[in-house]
Amino acid sequence: MSSYKIIDHEYDVVVLGAGGSGLRAAVGLSEAGLKTACISKVFPTRSHTSAAQGGISAALGNMDEDDWRWHMYDTVKGADWLGDQNCIEYLCKEAPRAVLELERYGVPFSRTEDGKIYQRSFGGMTKNYGNETIQRTCAAADRTGHAILHTMYGQALKHNTEFFIEYFALDLLMKNGECKGLIAWNLNDGTIHRFRAHITILATGGYGKAYYSSTSAHTCTGDGNAMVLRAGLPLQDMEFVQFHPTGIYGHGTLISEGVRGEGGYLLNSKGERFMERYAPKAKDLASRDVVSRSIAIEINEGRGVGKEKDYVHLHLNHLDPKVIEKRLPGISESSRLFANVDVTKEPIPVVPTVHYNMGGIPTNYKAEVITVDGSEKTVPGLMAIGETACVSVHGANRLGSNSLIDLVVFGRAAAKRAAELVKSGTPHEEISNSETEKCLDRFDKLRNGAGSNPTADLRLAMQKTMQSKCAVFRTEKTLNEGVKEIRKPFKGMDSISVKDKSLIFNTDLVETLEFDNLIRQAIVTMDSAYLRKESRGAHAREDFSKRDDKNFMKHTISWCNGSETKIDYRPVHTSTLTNEVQYFPPQERVY
Amino acid sequence: MVQISLPKNSKVQKGEYFKDKTGSKNIRKVNIYRWDPSSGKNPRIDTYEVDMDNCPSKVLDLLNKIKNEIDPSLAYRRSCSHGVCGSCAMNMDGKNGLACTKPHSEIKGDINIYPLPHLKVEKDLIGDLSTLYKQYQYIEPWLKNSKKDDGKENLQSTEDRAKLDGLYECIMCACCSTSCPSYWWNGDKYLGPAVLLQAYRWIIDSRDEERKERLKKVADELKLYRCHTIMNCTNACPKDLNPAKAIAEIKKMLATA
Repeated sequence: MSSYKIIDHEYDVVVLGAGGSGLRAAVGLSEAGLKTACISKVFPTRSHTSAAQGGISAALGNMDEDDWRWHMYDTVKGADWLGDQNCIEYLCKEAPRAVLELERYGVPFSRTEDGKIYQRSFGGMTKNYGNETIQRTCAAADRTGHAILHTMYGQALKHNTEFFIEYFALDLLMKNGECKGLIAWNLNDGTIHRFRAHITILATGGYGKAYYSSTSAHTCTGDGNAMVLRAGLPLQDMEFVQFHPTGIYGHGTLISEGVRGEGGYLLNSKGERFMERYAPKAKDLASRDVVSRSIAIEINEGRGVGKEKDYVHLHLNHLDPKVIEKRLPGISESSRLFANVDVTKEPIPVVPTVHYNMGGIPTNYKAEVITVDGSEKTVPGLMAIGETACVSVHGANRLGSNSLIDLVVFGRAAAKRAAELVKSGTPHEEISNSETEKCLDRFDKLRNGAGSNPTADLRLAMQKTMQSKCAVFRTEKTLNEGVKEIRKPFKGMDSISVKDKSLIFNTDLVETLEFDNLIRQAIVTMDSAYLRKESRGAHAREDFSKRDDKNFMKHTISWCNGSETKIDYRPVHTSTLTNEVQYFPPQERVY
Repeated sequence: MVQISLPKNSKVQKGEYFKDKTGSKNIRKVNIYRWDPSSGKNPRIDTYEVDMDNCPSKVLDLLNKIKNEIDPSLAYRRSCSHGVCGSCAMNMDGKNGLACTKPHSEIKGDINIYPLPHLKVEKDLIGDLSTLYKQYQYIEPWLKNSKKDDGKENLQSTEDRAKLDGLYECIMCACCSTSCPSYWWNGDKYLGPAVLLQAYRWIIDSRDEERKERLKKVADELKLYRCHTIMNCTNACPKDLNPAKAIAEIKKMLATA
């Protein structure tokens, strides 16, 4: 495909993605003196980190006594014992330092009366190993992600990070199982760019848009995950998709868990606080998978609210309007705009909505990508951080406010590890043109798609299948149907129609490439879910309603070639990183 | 008398008309500015007849419906779809705003959609914001504080923190700056309301130690004083912020310093 103009670049490190984790990594890399490029398909402050509301967890102990080990226990339990405890130890131990660093960067955290960072209650966050609710989630009102993202972008500007903005990444450049950089398409002028790098860090976020209704942005298409699959590398634990209990009914806009953290609660059509039945101790502040399932059961058993009885009510109208104004201004605005509700007077109609992908690119706690080929090994030159990574610290279910901390802790870890591995200015190896040609063949084929299936139709078919066959509750029957049905939109790509043939801001082609990325992830999600015959965290099988540690205390590893998948497993780590804390053996998970 | 007319290639022409194919009785006409830089053709206004019975409430829903069902070539930026990322800022019915939060029911008659005014258009509804981003970098939007890392946060009273409310929420959508006549004429020199609001956000942050230098950096005939309190910025802000007030506060601080 020599007809495309190709521009070459050489960097020590390339970061793909400019959300919370990508920016944190880029800042660390600049500090370490490495020549770094940060590539993003959207301007950094448009990244979806901006939508995070409630807060960022860290055992600072500003409100009450706290200990990172308690945070670790909560995370292990939240993860339903699928998380790797060495990595969780690293996350929770590093968390306080990472939050204080953000504060020094200038994040406008809300404050306590004595001027410290304000912390609120959040689902699954407890004191003294599960005893009572604790206030551990550091907040900037209910706009914490926005505040962090804008502050991190400022830090990146301070460090003169080299940005390539509105560049859409196409594929990784691989050579003998090592990553040598990536290829991207510059939407601003239509040129193709080949970035050679000693290390490529993927920080591309989740793939919420594989579903019809999600809190995710249009741009949450898991591009990095798909690039990894196309490079012949596996993804991990893709069946674990978090449904946030409170998305606005009909629109999907997120209503922060912080609402319940500040005292809000859920009611069914009979006016019952039904969470008391499902989680007697934690009630509305049980972890997200538990609350989402409880809502789904209430609706399935006819106690939903509304004409179709298909949602429940989230009340905060009993709270002091001053608290709402000070702590929850953003969700007041969203409720007004998207549910036509004045939260000081009326409840918000909510329903469980796809929100977060626990699965992603398998890494160790240093952010190095792992593959399984006979035995576990790292993939030289490739790292992953943030939602795109599966470290795994979130296991089968992530606790609220553990994602923002994941971004900054592992963003920093990646920069640190890269600085150990790369000597700045090391010459780059030659890579054969065949990698570039393979990538541009796919690009060109899709661009010239002159078939009869518009991308939007194929995407809708995929989203509807994921929504109906791979939802909060799953069964052998729905998953079996899903496994077959999800391959139809993939097949439909053979006859895809792309109307816009231009190269400058061709958003028709961008959406087509994004669909190509999404459908591969949808396929491995469905197949992984079908094969996990147990219930754990966010993966709830009606036909296998119990957790099965004997057969399934293991990570799913999935490869995808076209629509053919290969599924394997790797053990969950059963040791901690240091002897500062003991391994938490599996227990029954009750809240 | 001097005759002034637009160069030929900037005259907006009548474009394609996309007639409704659904047979809906509830149709609205949507006129959208289109320009493809690779076509060599003039900008045009395309008109779409849209079935409103099956269209959710916001202008972004309308655009998505057109893109998904009528014309996939339509180009616009969009991401979060709930007013926090700032991508879908555009001019609707003559007013700047976010397409994802603007209800189309508020627009009477035909719905006219243009890119943000006075930006170089990159394609269709996508404007070039690079000048604004450079100006943002100019104000050095990061905390300047010599405090050593002692394992503790900077303390800030709730009163001092409250001074940041109404400032830190800015999503950099550029609705304000591109509605400002002063910014239209002197956008390369005048920093404009969005960037000045952010400048004030750091000036007023009690943790920052370089207030004086920050004030000095913006205290300039063009960078700051091109604001003539027209107030379009405050009217345009989709987040209900008040950039005009922030600019006035900066001027006041300079006048009383």
